[in-house]
Amino acid sequence: MRYISNTPAEQEKMLQEIGADKVSDLFQAIPENIKFDRSFNIPAALSELELKELIKDKAEKNLDLSEFDSYLGAGSYDHYIPAIIDHLIIRSEFYTAYTPYQAELSQGTLQAIYEYQSMICELTGMGISNASLLDGASALGEAVIMAGRHSRKEKIIMPETVHPAYREVAQTYGKPHGLKFVETSLKGSSSNYKEIKEELDGNTAAVVFQYPNFFGTVEDLAEIARMLENHKKAVFIVVANPMALGLLTPPGEFGADIVVGEGQPLGNPVNYGGPNLGFMAIRDDRRLLRQLPGRLVGKTEDIEGNTGYVMTMQTREQHIRREKATSNICTNEALNALMAAIYLATMGKKGVEEVANQCYQKTRYLKEKLAEIDDVTVVNGDNHFNEFWLKIETADKSLEEIETKMCQQGILAGVNLAELTDQQGLLVSVTEKKTREELDKYARKLEVLLNE
Amino acid sequence: MSEALIKDYGSPGRKGYSLPELDVVEKNPAESLPEGMIREEAAKLPEVSEVDVVRHYTSLSNMNYGVDSGIYPLGSCTMKYNPKINEDIARTPNLTNIHPQQKEKYVQGSLEILYELKEYLAEISGMDEVSLQPASGSHGEYVGLMIIRKYFEKKGETRTKVIVPDSAHGTNPASATMAGYNVVEIASNEGGMVDLESLKAEVDEDTAALMLTNPNTLGIFEKDICEIQKIIHDAGGLLYYDGANMNAVLGYVRPGDMEFDVIHYNLHKTFSTPHGGGGPGSGPVAVKERLAPFIPAPVLKKEGEKYYWDNDRPDSLGRVHAFYGNYGVMLRAYAYIRTAGAKGLKEITENAVLNANYMKHKLKDTYELPFASDSLHEFVLSGSRQKKEGISTVNIAKRLLDYKQYAPTIYFPLIVKEAIMVEPTETENLQSLDRFIETMKVISQEIEEEPELVRDAPHNTVVRKLDEAKAARNPDLRW
Repeated sequence: MRYISNTPAEQEKMLQEIGADKVSDLFQAIPENIKFDRSFNIPAALSELELKELIKDKAEKNLDLSEFDSYLGAGSYDHYIPAIIDHLIIRSEFYTAYTPYQAELSQGTLQAIYEYQSMICELTGMGISNASLLDGASALGEAVIMAGRHSRKEKIIMPETVHPAYREVAQTYGKPHGLKFVETSLKGSSSNYKEIKEELDGNTAAVVFQYPNFFGTVEDLAEIARMLENHKKAVFIVVANPMALGLLTPPGEFGADIVVGEGQPLGNPVNYGGPNLGFMAIRDDRRLLRQLPGRLVGKTEDIEGNTGYVMTMQTREQHIRREKATSNICTNEALNALMAAIYLATMGKKGVEEVANQCYQKTRYLKEKLAEIDDVTVVNGDNHFNEFWLKIETADKSLEEIETKMCQQGILAGVNLAELTDQQGLLVSVTEKKTREELDKYARKLEVLLNE
Repeated sequence: MSEALIKDYGSPGRKGYSLPELDVVEKNPAESLPEGMIREEAAKLPEVSEVDVVRHYTSLSNMNYGVDSGIYPLGSCTMKYNPKINEDIARTPNLTNIHPQQKEKYVQGSLEILYELKEYLAEISGMDEVSLQPASGSHGEYVGLMIIRKYFEKKGETRTKVIVPDSAHGTNPASATMAGYNVVEIASNEGGMVDLESLKAEVDEDTAALMLTNPNTLGIFEKDICEIQKIIHDAGGLLYYDGANMNAVLGYVRPGDMEFDVIHYNLHKTFSTPHGGGGPGSGPVAVKERLAPFIPAPVLKKEGEKYYWDNDRPDSLGRVHAFYGNYGVMLRAYAYIRTAGAKGLKEITENAVLNANYMKHKLKDTYELPFASDSLHEFVLSGSRQKKEGISTVNIAKRLLDYKQYAPTIYFPLIVKEAIMVEPTETENLQSLDRFIETMKVISQEIEEEPELVRDAPHNTVVRKLDEAKAARNPDLRW
C-alpha cells in the first residue's frame, strides 16, 4: 500500500520497542474463532496509472451534461461556477483539515464559516445561520423536529408543492417524534391556501412552504404570513432556493421562523446530487437558538484581546449533550459551505442579483415561446423563477416519446413529473448559462416534434 | 496576525465576476409575480474583486492546519493522508458533470462504480446489502437505527430501548434519540470493556439494539463480543456496529462475522476521503439479509449488465437525502480501495495498529495509561498526573499547537479523566511518530519546570488562547 511509509526494517524496530515478535501478535485480543481467515474478495492493488485508466474507462460509459442541452432542475441546478472556487478549496489547509476542534490552529476554517453564516443571513433576511447541514432535504427534516420541540405541537402542514423527496425525508425524520403530517393539495401550480387555512389549528407545530415551490411558482408568502397571525405557536418554515433570493423578497421579511434549503446553487456543481449542503437560518430568538441543530461559529477574543473565532453554544450538540442534544449531526458539509461562501463573495451584491435576474428572464423567454405552441400549456402562467411546469397534451404521442425524441436531438427537455409525483408533465429549468439560441432551438424542436 | 472580514475588503461598485450580456428581452418580474415578492434592497453581500477574494481565502488557508501540514492524531477521527489522485478522480468531468435527475442509462459508468463500491463495502464488513445514501457517520447511525425500527415494526414488536456503553461516541445516544428510542447507558468494567453483568441487567424484551464500537473508543477490542452478541440476540435485540474504528480491523475481523446486524462506515475516516474542515463525509450502512428490505430507497441494483435505482421498496424506511448521498466522496473511497487492493487494506490496519502501539509504548511512562488492556489503532492516556501539577489536558493540547502539531482528541471518552485520545493512523512515518512522542515528553518536562509556559499556551499561533465562555455568553454569530 503506497501510502504507508513504514519499511520492514522500521516495522521490525517498532515491534522490538513494543516487545512483540510480529505484527499479528498485536491482534491477540481478537478471539480466534471470529478472526477473518481468508483474504478479501477485492481486486489486487492498482498503480496510479492503472487506476486512472480504469476510471477513464468507466467514466466513458456516462453521457454527461456537456453532451446535452439540459433543462433538468428539480432541486439541483446547473449554474455557472467561477474558476476561482476550485482553486481556493483545493488548498489543502482547507480540505485536509478536520472539524476545527483546536480553534487556534483552525482560524481559517472558523472565520470562513462565520462569514458563510453572515452571508446566509443577508440572503435570507434571517438573524442567525448555522454552519451547514447535510443537504436541503435533511435540513427540512431537522427543521420539522425543531418546530415540534419548539411549539410542543404535533401537526405539520406541508403542501404538495414542497419537493417530493423533501417531503419524504421530512416524514422519515418527523414520524419517530410523533409528528403528524398533513399534505394539502395543489391549486394549479400553487398551494391551496384555503385548504391550509382550514387545516391550521391549535395543534399545528409548523407550516412548510417552498419558495419558489417545487413546480417553480413563487408562493405568496405575504398571504401565508397573514394566515399565521392567528396561530402564533405554529412555526413558519420556508424551504428557499438561495439563488432565487437574489430576486425575491427574503423570507425573513415575511416573518419566517426557520429558513432551510439546498445551498448547491451557490457555487457547487450538480455532481449527481452530492455532496451538497443544507443551510438553516432562524429568527434572532434565544429560545429558537437553543433548539438549533448543527455547529455554530462565534466571534470572540484571545487573552490579548485579538479577534478570533470558535465553535460555540456547543451544549446543544451531541458530543456534550449526548441523548439530549438538539440533533445527532456531527460532520456537516463544511467544504461545500466554503464553496458557497466563496461564490457569494465573488458574485457579491450585484452578481447574485444579476444571476437571479438572468435566470428569471431566460426562463420567462422560453416559457413564452413554448406557451405559443399548440397542445402545450404552462401551468404556472406567468408566475415562476427559474423553473416551470409544462403540460403537453397530444393524443398521438406520450410524454416519454417526446422526452426520448428531444433527447435524440441533444436536449434534456426537463424532469418528467410522473417519475417523482402524481402529476403529469415536464418540469423545465433554465439557468443563466442558457443562450437565446439554445432556448429558440428548444422551442423549435418541440414544435416540429409535436407537429410530426 | 489577523485577517479582515471579506466584506471589509469591499468598495461600493467593485466587482469580481463576469457574466454574458443578457441576450433576451428584459421584462419586469413585478408584473408577473404576486405583489411584494420582488426584493426591494439587494442582499448586503461583499463588493470585492477576484483578487480580493483570492487574497482573502489564501490568507485564511494560511491560518489553518490540515493533514498535509503535519500529524493530526485525533482519536476516533482517523486523520490519514488524503491521496491527491483521488481528488483528480473526483473531478473527472464525465463522472461529475452529471445531474441527479438524468436517466440511469446515461450514467451507467457512475452506477457501475457505486455498485462495485457497495460490493466492496459488503465484503469488508461481512454484510449482505449496502445503502450509500447516508451523508455522514451520524447520518449512517441514524439510518441504521431506523432500519432496526422498521424491522421491529414489521415484526409487530414495540421495542423502546437502545443500549450504549458509557465509552460510546456522543453521536450514538444522539442518533438513538433522533430515531425515537430511549437511551440506556451501561458502565464499562475495569478493563475498559462492556461489563457483561451490567449488560445482562439491562437487556430485556424492550431492547431494540446495542450500539457498539469494536475496538471501542479506548482502542480496546471487546474480547467478550461473542457473549455480548448472544445476550442481545437471545433477547431478540439487534447488534449495531459503529464503524468509526474500522481502520483497526480491516482483514482481521469483520463485523458480520462478529454477528453484528447493522454497521455504518465513515468513508472519510477508513477510506481516506478528506474531511474538508468538517465535511463532507459519507456514512454508508451495511446490513444482514434480513434487514435489507428496510434500507433507504432507492436501492442500487444490477440486472444483467444494467445498473438501476430500485424505487419499489415497500418496507423501506424512506429517504434521508434528496438524491443518492455524497457521490463525490464515494468516488474517492472507491479509488482508495482499488489502490489498496485486498492485501493493502490489511496492511493499512497492521500499520495503523503498529504505529499506535509504538506510540503508546513510548508515552505510557510519561502520561498515565488508565487501561492496561491491549489496544489496537488508538489509545487513551490521561493527563491526571499533570493535572496534579496544575496543568489540564487542554493546556497540553494547546501547547502541542505551539510545536506545529495538531492535538489529540481530548476529554473523550468521558470515562477517562483528563483524557488524551491518540490515533496516529498508518500514514504517519516513524520520524513523525517520534517527533510527536518527543514533543509530548518535552511538554511534560515543561510542566515540571515552567508550568506557566504550558498553562498560557498557545504562544506561537495566529491567535492566543480564545475565550470560549465569552463567545457562548454573548453570541456574535454574524457580521
